[in-house]
Amino acid sequence: MPLVSLRDVRFAYGERSVLRGIDLDVHRGQVVAIMGGSGCGKTTLLRLIGGQLKANSGAVEVAGHEVGKLGRAELYAMRRRMGMLFQFGALFTDMSVFDNVAFPLREHTDLPPTMIRDLVLMKLQAVGLRGAASLRPGELSGGMARRVALARAVALDPMLILYDEPFAGLDPISLGIIGQLIRRLNDALGASSVMVTHDVHESLEIVDYIYFVSDGRIVAQGTPDEIRASADPFVHQFVNAEADGPVPFHYPAQPIDSLLGGRSA
Amino acid sequence: MMSRTALDLWVGIFVAIGFAALVFLAMKVGSFSGINGSESYRVEAAFDNIGGLKVRAPVKSAGVLIGRVQGIRFDTDSYRAVVQLDIDKRFEFPADTSASILTSGLLGEQYVGLEAGADVEPLKEGDRLMITQSAVVLEKLIGQFLFDKAAEPAAQ
Amino acid sequence: MNGLFAGLAAGLRHVGKLTIDGIWRLGFATRFMFAVLLASGQSLTRIHLTIRELYFSGVLSLLIITVSGLFVGLVLGLQGYDILQRYGSADAVGVMVALSLLRELGPVIAALLFASRAGSAITAEIGLMKTTEQLKAMDMMAVNPIARVVAPRFWGGVLSMPLLAALFSAMGVFGGWLITVVVIGVDDGAFWSQMQAAVEFDYDVLNGIIKSMVFGTVVSLIAVFEGYDCEPTAEGVSRAITRTVVTSALAILALDFVLTSFMFRG
Repeated sequence: MPLVSLRDVRFAYGERSVLRGIDLDVHRGQVVAIMGGSGCGKTTLLRLIGGQLKANSGAVEVAGHEVGKLGRAELYAMRRRMGMLFQFGALFTDMSVFDNVAFPLREHTDLPPTMIRDLVLMKLQAVGLRGAASLRPGELSGGMARRVALARAVALDPMLILYDEPFAGLDPISLGIIGQLIRRLNDALGASSVMVTHDVHESLEIVDYIYFVSDGRIVAQGTPDEIRASADPFVHQFVNAEADGPVPFHYPAQPIDSLLGGRSA
Repeated sequence: MMSRTALDLWVGIFVAIGFAALVFLAMKVGSFSGINGSESYRVEAAFDNIGGLKVRAPVKSAGVLIGRVQGIRFDTDSYRAVVQLDIDKRFEFPADTSASILTSGLLGEQYVGLEAGADVEPLKEGDRLMITQSAVVLEKLIGQFLFDKAAEPAAQ
Repeated sequence: MNGLFAGLAAGLRHVGKLTIDGIWRLGFATRFMFAVLLASGQSLTRIHLTIRELYFSGVLSLLIITVSGLFVGLVLGLQGYDILQRYGSADAVGVMVALSLLRELGPVIAALLFASRAGSAITAEIGLMKTTEQLKAMDMMAVNPIARVVAPRFWGGVLSMPLLAALFSAMGVFGGWLITVVVIGVDDGAFWSQMQAAVEFDYDVLNGIIKSMVFGTVVSLIAVFEGYDCEPTAEGVSRAITRTVVTSALAILALDFVLTSFMFRG
């Protein structure tokens, strides 16, 4: 049974329909990428899995529980076994790096301070930032902040890790580091990961399965090898970053001939 | 951020200063009127005219503050004003004590003055003072004076 | 003619929309207040969370409150002396200074200063946490941001306000004493004895404290609400801070009138 499964999920912000029937599975141990252009509903998908939003129809199941039907206490119980990396890290700016990573441990466990200290340093060691434990988030670069946030997301050894645009705005080196960390941590913790991104090349290196979302629907899916070999025009456009294709360059408009040519003159 | 102990110290200083200010306001600026429901007994007195007497006005005896006016109502049976006085438990008065409405200074605030009688029975909660003297109303006083003056030559 | 009607209709629609938005926000604010109260358990059981906020809203406001209180007292002393000595009652200047401060100026000015010093900081802090997704991150870590972030700030404000108002009044009385007794030469004994005879603890002082408690609660609630409800952009946060200061000032002055008419009606 898959750890996460979405069946015919539909969602709309008011009148604006964002997801129009999504089917998606994440099996245990997998790293799955959800890709698509900006504003296609990827982040909404992540919020549905994390229980921050409720689907209008269809079922979102995580570890056998339907997320949309959980009460607040049950949802919080489930979130303790989830980690989430936000787009810009979302570190607590009034705490040091150490306190940020210690936060979930202090909030949810009664461990003695020495043990919390050991655990935090271990997590920071895993992301290569043990030496930065006493820094403030404001003193970190974008890539370092993202790694600290990753250490915080895995502090409680979650079964499922969600990543919202983990590669956005990073230099190539930091990008490679984060990509490797995502894969390594997933395998080391025996967790599953869902990653929302539009960075095709980095993702193809590290993930097990990819879903392409466009206009609220899954338009293509497959393993990295299948995607590379795909003849699907959408996948081709996306992987090769072409300006025009199934995703049009022009925003829908009247034919330009009707505006030019001075008919009224 | 500061360590928690330094933070506690500062908050402690803040709370101490705040309470010191409160104590200053209570002790040096204000005074406890010392007359609460638990420490006082209530008596009534009926007056023909209370003038400008207000609720919370002082009740004095021999010039010393001994209580406060708790309430004023109009009695429709006798058409007189009934004034409730809260008097500090520490001060006992004889049952035949008299009450009058006086003015501090020529135009000052009005207060109730108590003059002790000679009875051996003390005043008790809910008693009514039998001997009362109403407020001096300035207009009446002047009117009386003019009337007397006008009457004088005729008598001679 | 049609244009006029259209303009009028548009204006009416705008007013109607503003009214409905206002009522909607009022309802949301009320629901938010209950959510804060319900989530306040942690502010007590983990008292260091609240103590930390007492530091930020209380200790950091000490200086401005002390200095402003002193100056207001100096001014009250000067003006009070100038007016009262015309009627030959310069001795009563202490009474005037103390009663103005205890009943009105202490609670009101301290609350206005508190709103602009601590209230705006609370709104900015919570607004920034919202903008940078820290509140969402906390929620995803199964920690309720209302219990962990909002409630301690609310209680920190509620607890520091009465102490700050008392300090303001005390400094004001001290300032009044300084200018009239030390500088002008009003008799020291008359200053204090007249004051003590006229000021009652359980009437003047206590009602002033009650006022400052009400103001502290309202200002803290406005500050945390505006922060929590702000639009998560830099511009949204700055608008929320402005709204905190403006709404707090209006609420303080309007409530002061209501409270005064209940408390001091002779």
